[in-house]
Amino acid sequence: MPIIDVKALVKTFPGPVEAVRGIDLDVVQGTIFGLLGPNGAGKSSTVRILATLSQPTAGRAFVAGHDVVGDSDGIRRAIGYVAQASSVDVHLTGTENLYLQGRLFGLGGRDLAQRVETLLQLFDLEDAASRRTKGWSGGMKRRLDLAMGLIHKPKILFLDEPSSGLDPESRSVMWREVKRLSDEEGMTIFLTTHYLEEADRLADQVAIIDKGLIVARGTPSGLKDGLNGDLVSLTFSGKTDTADASTRLRALAMIDTVTVSGQRVDVRTKDGARSIPAIVGALSGLDLQDVAMSRPSLDDVYLSVTGKQFALANAEGHEGAGGRKGAAA
Amino acid sequence: MKMMRDLCVLTMRLLVHNFRMPVFVIMSIVQPIIWLALFGPLFGKVTSLGGFETESYVNFLVPGLAMMAALFGSAYAGMSLLMDSDRGILDRFLATPVSRMALIGAYVAQSGVIVALQATTIILVGLLMGAGMDGGFSGYLVVLFAAFMLGSAFGALSNALALIVPRHDAIIAVMNFVILPLVFLSSMMMATDALPPWIGTIATINPVDWAVRMARGAYFGESWGGVVQYGALLTGFSAVCVMMAVRAFGRFMAKA
Repeated sequence: MPIIDVKALVKTFPGPVEAVRGIDLDVVQGTIFGLLGPNGAGKSSTVRILATLSQPTAGRAFVAGHDVVGDSDGIRRAIGYVAQASSVDVHLTGTENLYLQGRLFGLGGRDLAQRVETLLQLFDLEDAASRRTKGWSGGMKRRLDLAMGLIHKPKILFLDEPSSGLDPESRSVMWREVKRLSDEEGMTIFLTTHYLEEADRLADQVAIIDKGLIVARGTPSGLKDGLNGDLVSLTFSGKTDTADASTRLRALAMIDTVTVSGQRVDVRTKDGARSIPAIVGALSGLDLQDVAMSRPSLDDVYLSVTGKQFALANAEGHEGAGGRKGAAA
Repeated sequence: MKMMRDLCVLTMRLLVHNFRMPVFVIMSIVQPIIWLALFGPLFGKVTSLGGFETESYVNFLVPGLAMMAALFGSAYAGMSLLMDSDRGILDRFLATPVSRMALIGAYVAQSGVIVALQATTIILVGLLMGAGMDGGFSGYLVVLFAAFMLGSAFGALSNALALIVPRHDAIIAVMNFVILPLVFLSSMMMATDALPPWIGTIATINPVDWAVRMARGAYFGESWGGVVQYGALLTGFSAVCVMMAVRAFGRFMAKA
């Protein structure tokens, strides 16, 4: 039985904004599950429902065997939640933040003191622990966020964009710790991300969400292998008619799919290296500026299921989210 | 039991904020003290009009200004909640099994504790300026209770407002609009008998006036019947305000 079980989940905000449009998910205990999608795709709305911070409009969701609507208290005891932005209390010291969080879970005495000490050590925060967190760096605050999420040894840890806004070094520390929690402590981790690399490197299972719908799911390698071929990206000058290029490419037998995105045309083919001469030949007369070949990535998976490039969708989502703050982030 | 434990933990957190960043608390204490220092001598002779229960205007002002501090100290309490909401701290707490009642109650309790402290400071300054407290220690405790109740009531209203209209400027605008009229439509500065009749009439339904009369009655150690009567009204008003805050919190959660 999955530890997180979601059926036909819907979340609509006044407007109306359909943030989540009937998604199904199941997460196996002890694994890392990545919900990948651009800004505004419905990731945070989903995780907020699962963490009992928001009520679903329709559908059902069970977390650690508890219903998100009927038994939210049961869920709260079983989960840790780390929000997208740091929620450290900047007027308190690192130690005080951890003690406070522990007390909200009913912990106290020697057990709590030991747990706080262990977490400060684990996240390399001992030296700064007695200082107010106001002066801490973003990376340190993020580590403290994670430590607070773990204070009560939860069965499931929800991480909403855990490495968002972190520098590469802090991000690497965060990833290492997430991986360790899963591998060594057997914790189930549900993370949302708009970083393809993060999902690729961390998640055992990935679901891609776009405009409130799950458009693909599987293991990262399974999804990439499913594309069945290399990606050849062709970039044309601004005056080139990419529709013409697309027509010419579709006529080639070795080409599986053709996707046009602005002045870039992506083609998928079983053997990219051998196909390039024929591709370039078919485009003679057009102002082809760049040809690049790559093995499939999650970006390609996203492109194949949505017809859009992930970075472009992310930018569009970011602009959209500005007008309806937090609604479907 | 759990609710009380959570309430203590969360209230302590907010009080630590106050003591580490005391500017707001200090300002809300200093303001009534300045009023006491200025208005006391300035309007000193007003007591000759009669109806002031004392010949010293400073003495008359002390319990009223203690209530003023309670009012000003609690009216913007919703800002703490709003800041916690903006910083994601509220969400972090909501994802724990913490008592929801304690979560909202902590912001109200914080107001109550701070205003009791402010009232004490004003009474001490009044004593230094020669005011007498005929009501003694029991009178002092009642003044604290009145300040706590008034502070809790307006703290709850401010928090309810923060949950309904989550904007800092809205809280400031609405509370500024409400507080000053409530001060001047009460017997805080002037004896009831000396108030224009229409103000006297409005004052009878003004919770600020209930708190002032309760505090003043106890401070002077007179009219304990009135103290009980206004105490009951104020407690009822405070309970309604707290319920409004709890309802607003329920609505806030349902909208999330």
